[in-house]
Amino acid sequence: MAAASGAAAIAAGSNSTLAFDVERVREDFPILKQEVYGKPLVYLDSGASAQKPTAVIDAMREVQETCYANVHRGAYYFSQHLTDRYESVRKTVAGFLNAGSDQEVVITRSVTEAINLVAYSFGAGLSAGDEVIVTEMEHHANIVPWQLLRDRTGIVLKVAPIDDDGNFLLDAYEALLTPRTRLVAVTHVSNVLGTVTPLKEIIRLAHEAGAKVLVDGAQAVVHGKVDVQDLDADFYGFTGHKLYGPTAIGVLYGKADLLKEMPPFQGGGDMIRSVSFAETTYADPPLRFEAGTPPIVEAIGLGAAIDYVNAIGHEAIAAHEAGLLAYATQRLQQIEGLRIYGSAKEKAAILSFTMEGIHPHDIGTIIDREGVAIRVGHHCAQPLMQRFGVPATARASFGLYNTRAEVDALARALEKVKELFG
Amino acid sequence: MEDALRELYQEVILDHGKHPRNHRHPPEANHSARGYNPLCGDQVTIYIETDADGRIADAAFEGHGCAISIASASLMTEILRGKTEAEARQLFDDFHRLCTEEDFALEQAGTDDQDALERLQVLSGVREFPVRVKCATLAWHAMASALNGGGDATTE
Repeated sequence: MAAASGAAAIAAGSNSTLAFDVERVREDFPILKQEVYGKPLVYLDSGASAQKPTAVIDAMREVQETCYANVHRGAYYFSQHLTDRYESVRKTVAGFLNAGSDQEVVITRSVTEAINLVAYSFGAGLSAGDEVIVTEMEHHANIVPWQLLRDRTGIVLKVAPIDDDGNFLLDAYEALLTPRTRLVAVTHVSNVLGTVTPLKEIIRLAHEAGAKVLVDGAQAVVHGKVDVQDLDADFYGFTGHKLYGPTAIGVLYGKADLLKEMPPFQGGGDMIRSVSFAETTYADPPLRFEAGTPPIVEAIGLGAAIDYVNAIGHEAIAAHEAGLLAYATQRLQQIEGLRIYGSAKEKAAILSFTMEGIHPHDIGTIIDREGVAIRVGHHCAQPLMQRFGVPATARASFGLYNTRAEVDALARALEKVKELFG
Repeated sequence: MEDALRELYQEVILDHGKHPRNHRHPPEANHSARGYNPLCGDQVTIYIETDADGRIADAAFEGHGCAISIASASLMTEILRGKTEAEARQLFDDFHRLCTEEDFALEQAGTDDQDALERLQVLSGVREFPVRVKCATLAWHAMASALNGGGDATTE
């Protein structure tokens, strides 16, 4: 994971190195040639959803033009062919996360669905008084499913705190763990603060207390290499569209012995072994959790996205993004009245900020007219906004295709905001 | 700076956004409602005091939001005073058209208070920014909800 601090990181973030040529990378993303209001698009919202390289767009088109059919059903050539390709994406994902087996990879429609799956199916084994721990910096997707579970079964929901810089507080977290703690649901990278959580420690402490750990990896897989076996994560979810892949596809990694014991999530085709009105038996994982026709074309797109990221290499991407973050932090700090939220020791390329006396929504509208796209609002993390006493922030999030010139464009646009507001 | 932005962020808006009028909780209020914009998390609470004749004796608000939503709430509370409930609703209807209909002319309005509409015209710049219409109308939605007996209003 990219650590961004000090001059070394800034030097490493010059636009092009031997290993990484950002101008060449930008050629892979057709949308980056677009203009907005007559200005070149400066896309700084990859944390919400990343743009797609030609490789992903082409892979999805190719499948639909040459060999599309449903999977896991047909006796004919195309169905078998596409089933093989769909299942090979499972292997690609397993390799991407270093899962022990591709049978530990469940294809979902989003990371939100992955978390809801665990809350429902793993949650079915929890009872009143059992405890689930989340953190102050979770996305709503890793809060609300646990509240729904609380309403269904009477579990106790606990919240692990962070400090004012956005660092996860390990000691306070450890103090929350009890023999009744069954699950810790924690983000790997905060979508607002960029904080990289000390996952290995979090997981080790949870396991010592007898609890399992679900990781929301939506922001993390984009910025650095994830190894679920090294982390010893029990569940790890991520989504395709933030990883330069398509929307409507996500992944849940789960340890085989855990998935095996879990009841189905949704009922339907594909997840059964046999059905009669008297009794239905279910398929083994992962198919047990994949009811209905899966997102086939999207899975092919996800496979292409992972191949794309792998080809560039996590280290090169992490170094590029660390440099961008350091440069952007330094550049924005020069703007008077601008406050940055999140300065954790280890931080991914996500930069939240406010400007004194100017609401983020107004910032977003004004810099949009300069072609600069950022996210403004509560980032689906309202409890975290409350923690910092702000209704909303502006957030620039960087991807592998962003440049220092784009950081400069952001800074110039923010100066215009100040000019307008006087 | 682009004309559409200048049109949106006029001096009056910036002034009311920075120094909102009637930003308080009047103890005599007999109607209130919270307006909430789920998109950005902004929220305002509108307080209205109606007198024995059903006229609005006082209108005020509390809350936080962008320059557009706060300026709109501020202007609204100034304009509502002295109006009947029916007049207030009519004005909301006209204001909504002002914010959304490109060719809306003040003469087409249902309200008799042309002065009020002319003051509100400073917010018509949101027509060029469709996602910001909700910011301009948030306080008005809450006002209508307060007069209807309270509860939460959202811009959804």
